Amino acid sequence: MAQTSMLAMILAGGRGSRLHDLTNKVAKPAVSYGGKYRIIDFPLSNCANSGVDIVGVLTQYESVLLNSYVAAGGRWGLDTKDSGVFVLTPREKADSGLDVYRGTADAISQNIDFIDAYDPEYILILSGDHIYKMNYDKMLTYHKEQGADATIAVRGVPMKEASRFGIMNTDGNGRIIEFEEKPAKPKSNLASMGIYIFTWKTLRKLLVDDMKNPDSDHDFGKDIIPIMLDGGKKLCAYEFSGYWKDVGTIDSLWEANMDLLDNDNELDLDDTSWKIYTEDTGITPQYIASTAKIDGAYINQGAAVGGTVQRSVIFTNCKIAPGAKVIDSVLMPGAIVEEGAVVTRALVAENVRIGKNAKVGEKKSEEILLVAKNVKGED
Amino acid sequence: MANKAFGVINSAPNYIRVEGLHDYRPIGAFTFIGRFRVIDFPLSNMSNSGINRIHVYLNSRPRSLVEHIGSGRHYNINSKRGNLQLLFTQQNGANSIYNTDITAYMENLEQIERMPQDYVIVAPSYMVYKQNYQQLLDDHVAAGNDITLLYHKVDQAKEYYRACNVVELNKQKGVESLARNMGTAKERNISMDTYVMKKDLFIALIKKAKRESSAYSFADIVSLSCDTLDIRGYQHKGYFAAITSLDDFYRANMELLDYGTAMDFFKQDWPFYTKTTDACPTHYHPGGKVTNSMVCNAASIEGIVENSIIGRHVHIGKGAIVKNSIILSYADISDGTYIENAVIDKWVKVKNVKKIVSDSVTPAYIKRNDVL
Repeated sequence: MAQTSMLAMILAGGRGSRLHDLTNKVAKPAVSYGGKYRIIDFPLSNCANSGVDIVGVLTQYESVLLNSYVAAGGRWGLDTKDSGVFVLTPREKADSGLDVYRGTADAISQNIDFIDAYDPEYILILSGDHIYKMNYDKMLTYHKEQGADATIAVRGVPMKEASRFGIMNTDGNGRIIEFEEKPAKPKSNLASMGIYIFTWKTLRKLLVDDMKNPDSDHDFGKDIIPIMLDGGKKLCAYEFSGYWKDVGTIDSLWEANMDLLDNDNELDLDDTSWKIYTEDTGITPQYIASTAKIDGAYINQGAAVGGTVQRSVIFTNCKIAPGAKVIDSVLMPGAIVEEGAVVTRALVAENVRIGKNAKVGEKKSEEILLVAKNVKGED
Repeated sequence: MANKAFGVINSAPNYIRVEGLHDYRPIGAFTFIGRFRVIDFPLSNMSNSGINRIHVYLNSRPRSLVEHIGSGRHYNINSKRGNLQLLFTQQNGANSIYNTDITAYMENLEQIERMPQDYVIVAPSYMVYKQNYQQLLDDHVAAGNDITLLYHKVDQAKEYYRACNVVELNKQKGVESLARNMGTAKERNISMDTYVMKKDLFIALIKKAKRESSAYSFADIVSLSCDTLDIRGYQHKGYFAAITSLDDFYRANMELLDYGTAMDFFKQDWPFYTKTTDACPTHYHPGGKVTNSMVCNAASIEGIVENSIIGRHVHIGKGAIVKNSIILSYADISDGTYIENAVIDKWVKVKNVKKIVSDSVTPAYIKRNDVL
């Protein structure tokens, strides 16, 4: 259903530097995940499935690939007359010079004109680097029912880990009374997911003020939310209990991929009522050779397996030669493992070749090995 | 640059009937190696050759094809300068002798006459092959032929290709006749029902065929014109399949289980387009075993699969064994079932029957939506 009252803005400017070489040339939202997706497919598909038809994507860091990727809104069905995905990079304006986005809030402030053109009642702020399925329309209904100025999606985290997150303390009726960033002694376990719905008129005013404030970091968590709380605005917590991952590190990215091998994994990408849409490649199905041994795997089309695969996620167009072994690993699109090579507890980046008889990764390693460059083989 | 020609994709002749599968859809809509539909191949060949004005003829049961082809955007056809038209005929009684391609062309003659291009490339929707039509057109123009016809040399013409036409060629590759394969010799040049000619000649031949006999097909009129026109053969090499029976369908799919054959056919510089369903990757569960098979996305495999093609969203239960078979999308093969040498149509649920085996050369066929 066409729904024009809420417009979405996806913050996709971050580098994700803890992903090391994976984000040297692409921004974190464009990093591959789950055999065939890119991380940003999740918020974009959620928007499409929730009936949020106008989506602005705010990009900044290494955005060439990301910009061209999201600009093809048709992938998510966001290409009708009244829908669209719009790439918004920092730009030079008549009354100000070219300026980078100084923070999450500033990225929105610099695009007030874009938002105003659609005259929305509500605005949905999302992060481009989280993996989850969520119906934003339900969150909007909650926001309206509560008569809130802002609604923040939260999820329960284990109490002992709560001090790693931005924690929302509520009054028991869902109203947020306090926000604490990484509190030493957390009073609640409701962590912010970085998903906000604001009543646009209210937020617009705050953003205009924030732009002029020289002491501001122009950040939603640090500046806008505290100002709203201090000003007595009504902020509500919307509890979400499904699968949600922020894949900030190689280990967590690997783990999120491995979650898909679990029979009862909560993300359930096979749910045809809430599909995650992505780029399509006109390639062959998976080819599994007579020499292959597959024991637990998640494999995408275009892959060819001649060797052994154990508990691994194999992306589009990967090739695993006869006699090669891939164990507890993630092979990103186009990775090639040649004859006799063994890959263990590793994350192999896009189009990387592991040469003949090469060994990468350790069975008992504490951390997952990122292989971002070709590994020479031995004959 | 190939905008010098427009494309025509024709449906299969009325005497071709593929057991089972054909009851539900035209051959062009048959699934091929689980992921594609047969019509994706002629459409992609045209698109890759730079042809972006295409006529697709639809016969009976057009729903699946109309849904699949849509606007043609996924075939990479320029959405402003190009156009894909779906053309219907009223004469679509399945076995009527009037149900010929000529009848279909006559009913849509206005559309053909309106095409601004000088040349036409006609290709069938029941054959799978790869061909650069630009190259074919260039060759045709350079040679100064009236008609250039694509053929494939086969050595199993006695057992197979019985619904196809045989091309008799002289030493200059001039076509001397075009007639049904009677199965009298092993080696034959099989017509690929693919022709290049000037648009004006195409129209003239359609009208002539109509005048001569209401039962004539385009191949008939080409055959009758061998003495008066310069018709030359152009040999196609590489993978070629004519889907004219269940056996053919089965063989054509199985042949691509050979990795070398498949990789020669599917190359990055000549993509075959299809409609995406946004299916997630396939889950291979511990305890399952898959060898020498093609597996499509969103399948869930707990059992054993050997020498088979597994479609999208197929579930193979624990302890189930699937051998030498083609399982189409959404089929559910429950725990402990044994399936050998079978074609299982879409949405089938094998629940209570524990064994489906065909002992003959022809595979067993299980009807769409059946619960067994």
